[in-house]
Amino acid sequence: MTGPVVRIRGLVRRFTLRGVLNGLDLDIRRGEFVALLGRSGSGKSTLLRALAGLDHEAQGSGELVRPDRLSVVFQDARLLPWKRVLDNVVLGLSGPGVRERGFNALEEVELAGRAASWPYELSGGEQQRVALARSLVREPELLLADEPFGALDALTRIRMHALLKRLSDIHNPAVLLVTHDVDEAIALADRVVVLEGGKLAADLATPRRGPGPADAGEVAALKARLLALLGVDAAFEDTAIPPPNRTFHRPPVSPRDRGLGDHPSAAG
Amino acid sequence: MNAYTGAVMESADDAPGDALIDLRFSRAQPAAPARPKGRLGPGEAVPFGWLLGPFLLALVWTTGSAAGLIDPRVLPAPWTTAATAWQLIQDGRLQDNLAVSALRAGEGLAWGVAAGVLVALISGLSRLGGYMFDSLVQIKRSVPVLALIPLIILWLGIGEPMKVTVIAISVFAPIYIQTHAALRGIDLKYVELAETVGLSRWRFIREVVLPGALPGFLTGLRFGVLAAWLALVVVEQLNATSGIGYMINLARTYAQSDVILVGLVVYALLGLTSDGAVRLLETRALAWRRTFAP
Repeated sequence: MTGPVVRIRGLVRRFTLRGVLNGLDLDIRRGEFVALLGRSGSGKSTLLRALAGLDHEAQGSGELVRPDRLSVVFQDARLLPWKRVLDNVVLGLSGPGVRERGFNALEEVELAGRAASWPYELSGGEQQRVALARSLVREPELLLADEPFGALDALTRIRMHALLKRLSDIHNPAVLLVTHDVDEAIALADRVVVLEGGKLAADLATPRRGPGPADAGEVAALKARLLALLGVDAAFEDTAIPPPNRTFHRPPVSPRDRGLGDHPSAAG
Repeated sequence: MNAYTGAVMESADDAPGDALIDLRFSRAQPAAPARPKGRLGPGEAVPFGWLLGPFLLALVWTTGSAAGLIDPRVLPAPWTTAATAWQLIQDGRLQDNLAVSALRAGEGLAWGVAAGVLVALISGLSRLGGYMFDSLVQIKRSVPVLALIPLIILWLGIGEPMKVTVIAISVFAPIYIQTHAALRGIDLKYVELAETVGLSRWRFIREVVLPGALPGFLTGLRFGVLAAWLALVVVEQLNATSGIGYMINLARTYAQSDVILVGLVVYALLGLTSDGAVRLLETRALAWRRTFAP
């Protein structure tokens, strides 16, 4: 039970146009909440798609171990407009008691009353909660979230943070949350990793949350450091602590990275 | 707030001194009537206003006939036409011919819809199917169905199979084109979602593809129903021994313009009611679309 849920070694992904992963290593432990930060084009989405198994068109190599039971929450709620809310939650599931489970999942996101609604009748935040219920009803070992709150207004986003935190504590999946919001990453995650040029540029633990609020100074220091890693250091030049092993240059492409057809070592 | 700043910026361009006046105007704006009465707009909507044109036409027809301005051999009077319609119903001729025509059109429609959907699915869901069928259908489209009639008569004779086939071919094209376009237009996002929740190919087709293509199919069905009536009119002029078209042709032989008129009205009613039926079906089947919400 102690082995990591996700194990990535030397992952290389190459597209004709899109982002690139360049020998990425990453472990995610069971039940661990990891936030993934990075500038646009740093490979965040490529990594997420590789983990979700959606990168059929990619060429690459490396080792990728991921659990069978994984769910994805996309940036758009991505509900099928022609299915009612409950049918969206249980999409693809079958067997006895499925609707009961779906209904319970809707209760968890406080939308049990909307089970028979059409998706268009819900607000953006409600739609995203349904998407969360659809993910959690599958009891995933790994929950992949691709900027799930990016399209929501600020107040809804804060409520969604609390909901996601509470539900991930209850269901305890490993979570990989892709975000561009440093505060969100610090508030939700146990660990924040920064992607730069297709590799991990930093892997930092967030201040431990015991009873009571996290130490404000620690949080501020972490935020400054993360912002610096993301290239937003102008305002923090004086306070930013340069991380020891940061690599901002893109490493040269080695011959073994060339296209190897279908990702042969993607086990899972 | 926007109007406020907007007015300041606009007026600042030409005369800064006028800013205050502009401000007053822009603040008064919300009190103006909510519905903009555009000077160049088409004007306000009136309930049942669409009846104006038909009503005027009926008026001209009635007064023209009553005043003897319209020769009854060219266009019989409305009351003559109504009496003829009543007579035809009393005889049972109208019902019998209508039943034959409706059955003919329905049969052709059923075959055309089935073939259109099937080929659209094959060609929309597999690359090979697309290469096989799509270009063939596009080539076939460029030949008008009515131009195929001589060939179909040679193949199938002049009986009922020929008539149903012509109707089915006319229906096939719009059904295929609209359904195929809708299939191809299904958002890739939903395909990704289906993959991440592990849908099987069959469930993917049933739960994502078919409902996603339904709006396109129903649009195709509206065109298809109209195409069926059009083809029906044409094939019923060809050597038919029953049906509304036969009734019209026979009336032409005996110069019964009132019977012809009754036949035309029946065609119009058939077209309108069937289109209405498809639209009702759309409203029911597409309740999930915002535009069809009550």
